[in-house]
Amino acid sequence: MAELARDDRLRQGAGISIAERPARACIDLRGDVTDARFVHAVESVTDLRPPSQGLAAASGLLASLLWLGPDEWLVVSETQASGELCARLRQALRGVHAAVTEVGDARIVYAVAGPNARDVFAKGCPLDLHPRAFRPGQCAQTLLGKVSVLIHQVGQDPAYEVYVARSFADYAWAWLVTAAGEYLDGSEGK
Amino acid sequence: MLRIACPWCGPRAEIEFSYGGEAHIALPEAADALDDAAWAQYLFMRTNPKGRHLERWVHTHGCRRWFNVVRDTASERIAAVYQPGAEPPEDAR
Ligand SMILES: [Zn+2]
Repeated sequence: MAELARDDRLRQGAGISIAERPARACIDLRGDVTDARFVHAVESVTDLRPPSQGLAAASGLLASLLWLGPDEWLVVSETQASGELCARLRQALRGVHAAVTEVGDARIVYAVAGPNARDVFAKGCPLDLHPRAFRPGQCAQTLLGKVSVLIHQVGQDPAYEVYVARSFADYAWAWLVTAAGEYLDGSEGK
Repeated sequence: MLRIACPWCGPRAEIEFSYGGEAHIALPEAADALDDAAWAQYLFMRTNPKGRHLERWVHTHGCRRWFNVVRDTASERIAAVYQPGAEPPEDAR
């Protein structure tokens, strides 16, 4: 619990838990995945190759690379300092056609986990999260209620991480808690 | 609701996308020399067919990329999606 950013941002039930995750490094990375120098440079810093397929994410000990578009990834890390990781990427990508932009301050990450997690998303997310369509290690940008989100499945249970723009974080939190209402402890009489 | 196959993300719900109007409308050369009628023709006049229509969509809440769609405006059937700058597939009827 100590790692939670705010203790009021935790709701639980037998089949669901929703919590705000601590701030992490998020870096928007753009480049040409068919350019071997770009792939090499990214690999030299993160130990990961940028996935070229939609829905794909690559995760390692240092960081994860979440696919955002055919030439765009979100580099996220819970262990590396954002500024330092950003500087190392920029250094490695010198002379390569690429862009590296820190965006961590603009994002909040919510963890949504448990057997009822898909039931909660199904109330307002058009993405097919059935295991035959979306598996652990995959990520996708979609809608949650009225806001754009990036959903990354991080566990089989299932467990998801939801990246939301900070300006929409309160809305997304309220949406998740409302959608999860029937599965939460103490929902009786509320 | 339509299910639209983004060329990069695969089939997604229509609410993730925004419509961008008819595709392959090129800015006329020497656009600053056009008279009002010719400029209006470029800006406003569209084919508006009942049937096969080449149109632009953007995956607003997904990968945020533009692409082209061949859609039948009467049946809503999508015959093909193709990348910006490409010609529509021959067999997309
Ligand atoms: Zn897309």
